[in-house]
Amino acid sequence: MASSLKEFTKGFIKENPTYVQVLGMCPTLAVTTTAMNGLGMGLATTAVLSMSNVVISILRKAVPEKIRIPIFIVVIATFVTIVDLLMHGFTYDLWKTLGLFIPLIVVNCIIMGRAESFASKNGVWRSFLDGLGMGLGFTGSLVLLGSVRELLGSGTIFGIEVWGKSFNMFLMILPPGAYITLGLLAGLFSFIGLKLKKK
Amino acid sequence: MKLFLIFFSAIFVNNFVLARFLGICPFLGVSRRMDTAIGMGIAVTFVMTVSAAITWFLDKLLVLLGMEFLRIIVFILVIASFVQFVELFLKKSSPNLYEALGIYLPLITTNCAILGMVLLNSLMKLNFVESVIHALGSGLGFALALIIFAGIREKLELYDIPRPFEGIGLALIIAGLLSMAFMGFQGMVKF
Repeated sequence: MASSLKEFTKGFIKENPTYVQVLGMCPTLAVTTTAMNGLGMGLATTAVLSMSNVVISILRKAVPEKIRIPIFIVVIATFVTIVDLLMHGFTYDLWKTLGLFIPLIVVNCIIMGRAESFASKNGVWRSFLDGLGMGLGFTGSLVLLGSVRELLGSGTIFGIEVWGKSFNMFLMILPPGAYITLGLLAGLFSFIGLKLKKK
Repeated sequence: MKLFLIFFSAIFVNNFVLARFLGICPFLGVSRRMDTAIGMGIAVTFVMTVSAAITWFLDKLLVLLGMEFLRIIVFILVIASFVQFVELFLKKSSPNLYEALGIYLPLITTNCAILGMVLLNSLMKLNFVESVIHALGSGLGFALALIIFAGIREKLELYDIPRPFEGIGLALIIAGLLSMAFMGFQGMVKF
């Protein structure tokens, strides 16, 4: 039980996909103009990641070594199509804002990376927990980045006003702001990591 | 004139890396050295242009059959098999380039720039020639950003950087400044 808990929580901080493994950068930078968009993207990725991990883990003994990558891709693409259609149906506004980046979940390196390095070697339950944990870790990073950008760019978090329009840096919502904010956050995390190591 | 506009805006205004956020992983991954950056830029431009041409026909076929929902799966499979083909071809014809690209060649499959490109083409409803020109421009824009970035990072090796910002932190901030510079091109072309 303790070990499955570890599979679940390792994605939060220790092996955080965004800040530690630096995977899945495209959606991270592109959709985090607001905290809400970050949350939507994160949850969509989590859904695809945990489902594809389960299916790949079930198939892991049946799939021949040589053609495993194309098979993984087809499994992932299927789930992405399902999520894409569901979001189109139920959360149309979010679907429209995220736009191109929903189909692009297929090529998110986190998903392929987990399929290759974890789900193809481990049992179904552990793979599911791994996918869920990694996905939630990714969601957390996106919400954090989205909140910082939204706060600095338009003075709100999740649409709730914090300090109004008087203190806005419009740049933070534009593409350069994404790079700069993520760079500063990555620096902050590695600063904290270095401090902890010294102790 | 329209073709020129598409080409120009794909390179500068809607630069894939700096404005659209596609293909960030190879952008950060292979930009440590100039020669790999150039190789990757060429490989991506080539794969992008040819896959844009192939998928244009497939897209029309899917629309004809009324199976647009299969788009994602079909496109990614076409790209994956094409990359495999390029890999085999390079291995035979120029082993040097093959060695230099190494792991990054198979990774082009999961480069979101390529899939993003073909999806954008079908979203923007471009015709065949426009699609190919758009792909070529985007590929060159990607290569341009990658090469500039690699040049800056090679220089940075010589400087003393605060420890927490070593590696990814500073790289991202530099990319931000580059992106700001490219924003200067906005407003030049409305497309």
